[in-house]
Amino acid sequence: MKTFHLYRDKEACLAVAAAITKISTKPVMLMEVCGGHTVALQRYGIPSLLPPTIQLVSGPGCPVCVTHIRFIDYAIALSQLDKVTIATFGDLIRVPGSRSTLEQAKAQGRKVEIVYSPLDALDLARQYPEEQIVFLGIGFETTAPTSAAVLLEAQENNIQNFSVLSSHKIMPPAMAALITQGIPIDGYLCPGHVSVVTGSGIYEELAKKFGKACVISGFEPLDILQSIYMLVKQIENHAPAVEIEYTRAVKPEGNPRARELLQQVFEPCDAWWRGLGNIPGSGLRIRAAFSRFDAEKKFPLEIPEPKEPAGCRCGDILKGMAQPAQCPLYKRVCTPQNPVGACMVSSEGTCAAFFQYGHDR
Amino acid sequence: MAMIANSNILLGHGSGGRLSQDLFTGLFARYFHNPVLDQRTDSAVLQLSGKHLAFTTDAYVVNPIFFPGASIGSLAICGTVNDLAVAGAVPLYISSAFILEEGLPYSDLEKITADMAEKAREAQVTIVAGDTKVVTKGACDKIFITTSGIGLLKPEHIPISTGQNIEIGDKILINGPIANHGMAILSKRYNLQLQTDVVSDCAPLNHLIAAVLQAGCEVHFMRDATRGGLATVLCECVEKKPFGMFIDEALIPVDDDVRYLCEMFGFDPFYMANEGKVVLVVKRAHAEQVLAVMQQNPLGRHSTIIGEITENPVGKVGLQTLIGGKRLLEMLAGDPLPRIC
Repeated sequence: MKTFHLYRDKEACLAVAAAITKISTKPVMLMEVCGGHTVALQRYGIPSLLPPTIQLVSGPGCPVCVTHIRFIDYAIALSQLDKVTIATFGDLIRVPGSRSTLEQAKAQGRKVEIVYSPLDALDLARQYPEEQIVFLGIGFETTAPTSAAVLLEAQENNIQNFSVLSSHKIMPPAMAALITQGIPIDGYLCPGHVSVVTGSGIYEELAKKFGKACVISGFEPLDILQSIYMLVKQIENHAPAVEIEYTRAVKPEGNPRARELLQQVFEPCDAWWRGLGNIPGSGLRIRAAFSRFDAEKKFPLEIPEPKEPAGCRCGDILKGMAQPAQCPLYKRVCTPQNPVGACMVSSEGTCAAFFQYGHDR
Repeated sequence: MAMIANSNILLGHGSGGRLSQDLFTGLFARYFHNPVLDQRTDSAVLQLSGKHLAFTTDAYVVNPIFFPGASIGSLAICGTVNDLAVAGAVPLYISSAFILEEGLPYSDLEKITADMAEKAREAQVTIVAGDTKVVTKGACDKIFITTSGIGLLKPEHIPISTGQNIEIGDKILINGPIANHGMAILSKRYNLQLQTDVVSDCAPLNHLIAAVLQAGCEVHFMRDATRGGLATVLCECVEKKPFGMFIDEALIPVDDDVRYLCEMFGFDPFYMANEGKVVLVVKRAHAEQVLAVMQQNPLGRHSTIIGEITENPVGKVGLQTLIGGKRLLEMLAGDPLPRIC
């Protein structure tokens, strides 16, 4: 229970940082994909321990941040329907859509409930049979299996007033898209929790086809420093590969049962990512067998063309092309109290993490 | 600024962090401003008939009303006693107003009242005035309490509340582990079944503080680290000042169980509420003596020196993290929300 002390040992962390400095000879750009890594990097002040050769950029791994503005617009439109209640994770309610937020919709009397799990949303459906409960399904391979399990349960129990608006996504196509879009990433700090489900195989293409270093990292400071060491070593030795640092949680084969659930309920589809655009095969669509629980099929709506807030550079920040301080809105107009872009809403968003931990690199 | 854009009051306006500050400066200070209020101290320091008085008020709306280690009643007394004590005053008299929701069990009110009496005895203050209102069911949540308090202070302690004598080199101390109160409340609110009880640190700090002042140590500033946690107090201490602060995170005591719970919720102990913790800024040469005096008191047994006032970063708090990294410590920006994944 208290093993995390080991992974925060100052002497050990400083020793690994020194080892990184020792082997690092050329400038490298490393991307941490997961928002959890972004927060840990900032919270522990890890960038201050690294040599100037190492540039860390944040990637598209915060589920709230990459949720496309059209999804928010759709959810708000759903909330305007009679007898519809939106059930959502808390972070999402403050994400600005084209014209409004779910929080504002709620303040205007629309029914928007915050839940901590899709199971809570299903409970709402059982509790209020006269109300249509729509769960906003966001997140990657980490959260999607829970949505799948809940959809299976809804089908087994024939719960007719429940559906999911799915914006679930999978990670590897986005990581590949960044490279094909020309972002000069040398190595990926790969997401730990996603990999618990997927295993390490999903990154093989990045290493083999694109020659990128890949290390699956845990979330403690010593994990992250050790992973950076492994990445730098791969790059310095011109030996890109997929390695697991987070061995206490991630097995190469992942969690087959969770993947089976995903397969059963979802199928791959093209998906829109904030900042990255439409990425083929990067989304998870609810299969036809479950279409009566698919909110987009159940409540087909015409949504006006979405529009991004003027000046917001979330898109570039999600691709590692800009740092928060380079956005004209950061800290001036866009703050955690009054977010303009999604990266400032979620605590795991790059802009929010930089703001909270006083880092303006 | 924030108020114009968000035209409704948000929960964050009461969290003790940045939004609360905006509300105070943008609204209350604008309408009420006067030389005393503009000092923005926990207690107002007033001169009446040749005596120096500290005067303060506080409202308590905690949910749940009973939690491990304390209740809304104990909080209402300790909070007000501590606001007076950190101004350098000896707390004397308390008034208390109750707003009760129709249907509140009488036995609950009695338990709360007994807790208040017990904490008042402990702090050696007298509850001398009060008022009660009952509102219809749903118009408030069980019970809200407002307490006000007055205390006397010696002329030489007047500068403590504004921190006007803080100088570079001063040492910063805290009287024990942080975040216990915030996590005790959360574990009760979410009904967590824990192997060990995380207990609120709710306690009157006036005797501990009096011991330090009576020892003749030069105290330049004190503040109790309540809502917004330790980070908020440290940031406020140097904000808009011509000096900064350096804090070593490794020196800040946090109980293992509390740290573990914080991890589970995704919270940072720096921002979690306390109800029995005081931050002291003391003359460098007196720091060890202050520490020794504090450690002799049961409420200060785990006191530590956590940092010092520095030239840089001006107006900011520099932090050395647990692993030796460097960053700035900022106030809590929004409302702490449990993470989703």
